[in-house]
Amino acid sequence: MNGEWLDIGWVEEIPLRGSRTVQVTGGDDIALFRTGDGQVFALLDRCPHKHGRLSQGIVHGGAVACPLHNWRISLATGEALGEDRGCTPTVPVKVTGGRVLICRASTLSAAA
Amino acid sequence: MKHEPVRASEGDTREHLIVVGNGMAGCRAVEELLARDPARYRVTIFGAEPLVNYNRIMLSPVLAGEKTFDDIIINGADWYDDNGIALVSGDPVVAIDRAARTVTARSGVTMAYDRLLIATGSDPFIIPVPGRDLPGVIGFRDMKDVEHMLAAAERGGSAVVIGGGLLGLEAAHGLSLRGMTVTVLHIMPTLMERQLDEAAGWLLKTALEARGQTILTGADTAAIVGDGRVEAVRLKDGTEIPADLVVMAVGIRPSVALAREAGLDVGRGIRVDDHMVTSDPAILSVGECVEHDGQVYGLVAPLWDMCRALADGLVGTPGGYRPAPTSTKLKVAGLDVFSAGDFSGGDGAEDIVLRDAARGIYKRVVVRDDRIVGAVLYGDIADGNWYFDLLKKGESVADIRDALIFGQAFAAGGAPADPRAAVAALSDDAEICGCNGVSKGGVLACIDGGAHSLDAVRSGCKASASCGSCTGIVESLLALRLGGEVEAGPKTMCRCTTFGHDDVRREIVAQGMRSIPEVMQRLHWSTPDGCSSCRPALNYYLLCALPGEYADDQQSRFVNERLHANIQKDGTYSVVPRMWGGITSPRELRAIADVVEKYDAPMVKVTGGQRLDIFGIRKEDLPAVWRDLNAAGMVSGHAYGKALRTVKTCVGSEWCRFGTQDSTGLGVKIERATWGSWMPHKFKIAVSGCPRNCAEATIKDFGIVCVDSGYELHVGGNGGIKVRATDLLCKVATEAEAMEMCAAFIQLYREEARYLERTAPWIERVGLAYVQSRLLPDDIARAELAARFFFSQRFSQDDPWAARAGGAEREHHAPMARFRPVEVVA
Repeated sequence: MNGEWLDIGWVEEIPLRGSRTVQVTGGDDIALFRTGDGQVFALLDRCPHKHGRLSQGIVHGGAVACPLHNWRISLATGEALGEDRGCTPTVPVKVTGGRVLICRASTLSAAA
Repeated sequence: MKHEPVRASEGDTREHLIVVGNGMAGCRAVEELLARDPARYRVTIFGAEPLVNYNRIMLSPVLAGEKTFDDIIINGADWYDDNGIALVSGDPVVAIDRAARTVTARSGVTMAYDRLLIATGSDPFIIPVPGRDLPGVIGFRDMKDVEHMLAAAERGGSAVVIGGGLLGLEAAHGLSLRGMTVTVLHIMPTLMERQLDEAAGWLLKTALEARGQTILTGADTAAIVGDGRVEAVRLKDGTEIPADLVVMAVGIRPSVALAREAGLDVGRGIRVDDHMVTSDPAILSVGECVEHDGQVYGLVAPLWDMCRALADGLVGTPGGYRPAPTSTKLKVAGLDVFSAGDFSGGDGAEDIVLRDAARGIYKRVVVRDDRIVGAVLYGDIADGNWYFDLLKKGESVADIRDALIFGQAFAAGGAPADPRAAVAALSDDAEICGCNGVSKGGVLACIDGGAHSLDAVRSGCKASASCGSCTGIVESLLALRLGGEVEAGPKTMCRCTTFGHDDVRREIVAQGMRSIPEVMQRLHWSTPDGCSSCRPALNYYLLCALPGEYADDQQSRFVNERLHANIQKDGTYSVVPRMWGGITSPRELRAIADVVEKYDAPMVKVTGGQRLDIFGIRKEDLPAVWRDLNAAGMVSGHAYGKALRTVKTCVGSEWCRFGTQDSTGLGVKIERATWGSWMPHKFKIAVSGCPRNCAEATIKDFGIVCVDSGYELHVGGNGGIKVRATDLLCKVATEAEAMEMCAAFIQLYREEARYLERTAPWIERVGLAYVQSRLLPDDIARAELAARFFFSQRFSQDDPWAARAGGAEREHHAPMARFRPVEVVA
């Protein structure tokens, strides 16, 4: 674990078109997503609408459909798509050498 | 010069550059240096292979017999001679002494350098399974490996290629052409997942299978077995595949041992700056062995850029290396696959998708802010370089956007013509629908004959009724002929397709489709992987059409069906164990009570379906809860699924003074027979013992009301938002007849209702008379429906809880990591 990035695990641990979470003590979980094309994104695991767990939604294209009321949230920006309005904070994430790394500062602020 | 070379070139006072590695990157770097200043350095190149500099990426065509080794030589012996380069081949460098500035080769020779360039490339990654050292197990990296494969192909037999990426597929192709029986094992669900999206990966797999290769995806190698030499590969699921040759092509690792021994800064690769200088200013590095800005590279284009940056840095004008987008092509004759850039979609990204099932073509261009950011092409890659060029230039494609997907020839032809005008200009005998051979005249005649909607044309003359690729033209013809009079057709399944649910189901069965990507390709889906509406529907349709064969796609399930519990608004889950016919026992009640206490469930509630619902269970605790319930003999109640929910009963003739039949016993039998079945929507059954109907059978999807003379069977009831009392389907005399009718009705509903359509709206749509006509007059047809239902039940009556409690799909329940800020701060 270095200063700026937290090493979460192997990218293959996130199913394609699926999600895994990082539990943050004292804060919202962080949801990691992997799209059908293998791109990885990270958002707070909280829909801007009624706080549904986005990690439990269906991932399609570059969006996830919230399991509670089917709001579609952009994985890249956290913005609600279509007619809905709202935004879920994103967490900077990168994949290096097959490892998923998320931004330490953003994770800390999620817990704050 | 501070250091005298051990083996000096007499009289040459130039700086001595030693290159470790005689491969593509090492020699290219030397070429770039020579081009800038041919006299600057005295150059010595060490190579591990006893060969001159050849093009490693062309080993695949050599294996396939399309090229010889001589064809792929980049720099022959004359190049070394003409440029005064000393080549030490077949003698790898084994040590670097940075203090003394010398290298030592395996033969023992030690040589001094002023500048050292490490270009050791990469090594094939050998997966750490038992048997990996057996003779007959090789990588696919150099000429020696190719010779090994050619010798094995001479002997014939079976080859297993582990790895379904670029390299593995090229190896498999070559071995297959050379006459071996080839199986490709790929751990991921789709081939070449780094370069291709799922749709293109599926097309590729289908094409390779048609060529006789066996492709196993999701195949995890457990061991390579053999006595003295390789005999078979064993998978983690126990399958053994015979093998005379095993090629490991699962990936490459930067070759960094030498650099690490020398104490250079090494991460995944040898760390270099923008000018390819390592942590030691006298030592440079290029190629697949380096790590630049956290990235390592395995494609050739970045290598060329690195070599340019290195030469610029050493001679004259430092520019610095900047990673650029890359593209890849698969070198398998007759299979055209191209990918470039970023095709992840994401914010503001729009997919332009063109599918042509008849010609096996899939094209996808990803555009963001009017600029191309990625492309995946399959079947027709003629425009790959054009897209890649637009991508690298970052030019706006706003003006050619509408025609972009059709390629350069079309898009560059000036402003795109009005498609309707183009259709109007077609002659009457021009073919519109290739699948069904319908001409423009045929479509117009059909429209003139009264077909005033797309759907009417599809059913009238079959144009656009198969693959749908001519839908746009048919719609243009409708508009031309009728102006504003075109009638809207039935609703499409979702925005991803022009087809309705019924069309999609019909074509799945008619064309024998077997997977979601196949449906999307054959029916010209306009999105790369569907949406949250169509994916669950397709998953159900395929599951229904292919019992026991179709592998359920978990990522196409709503969360409740994926986690086998009901998500609640606070993110916890509720758990409902099955209580057969609403009957329970002290043991079951004790187990439920224990679960409520042990997992601190805040509420337990009696449901309307005669069972108990335990609320507030955390996702992580679900497997343990199920294990405890399983231990008391209880299984999943499917209270979360588009599936059989409950069979509600009254106590019937066994206890009740009005009871006419054993309604409880029949309810239990029906529940035992029907539980676990997936349906278009949830499905509820009830059995009442007399017309007083205490089990409320007349608001269920299938309701039985017992009478003295037998059983009244009711269908299509609903107690939800819109209350609907059942229709009387028929009356039967025996329990066995009631059971058969129930199974046949369920199967008819499963096969013909649209996804998310309850029995009530389904029956109102198709009519009770239709349902009766399918179930009542023809005993054989009814028996066949029931038989199909019971056949599919053979594969669906596994308790999903038991598997999960036993540890299956653990990743659905556990977080990937836990983070406690206090620990990190401390």
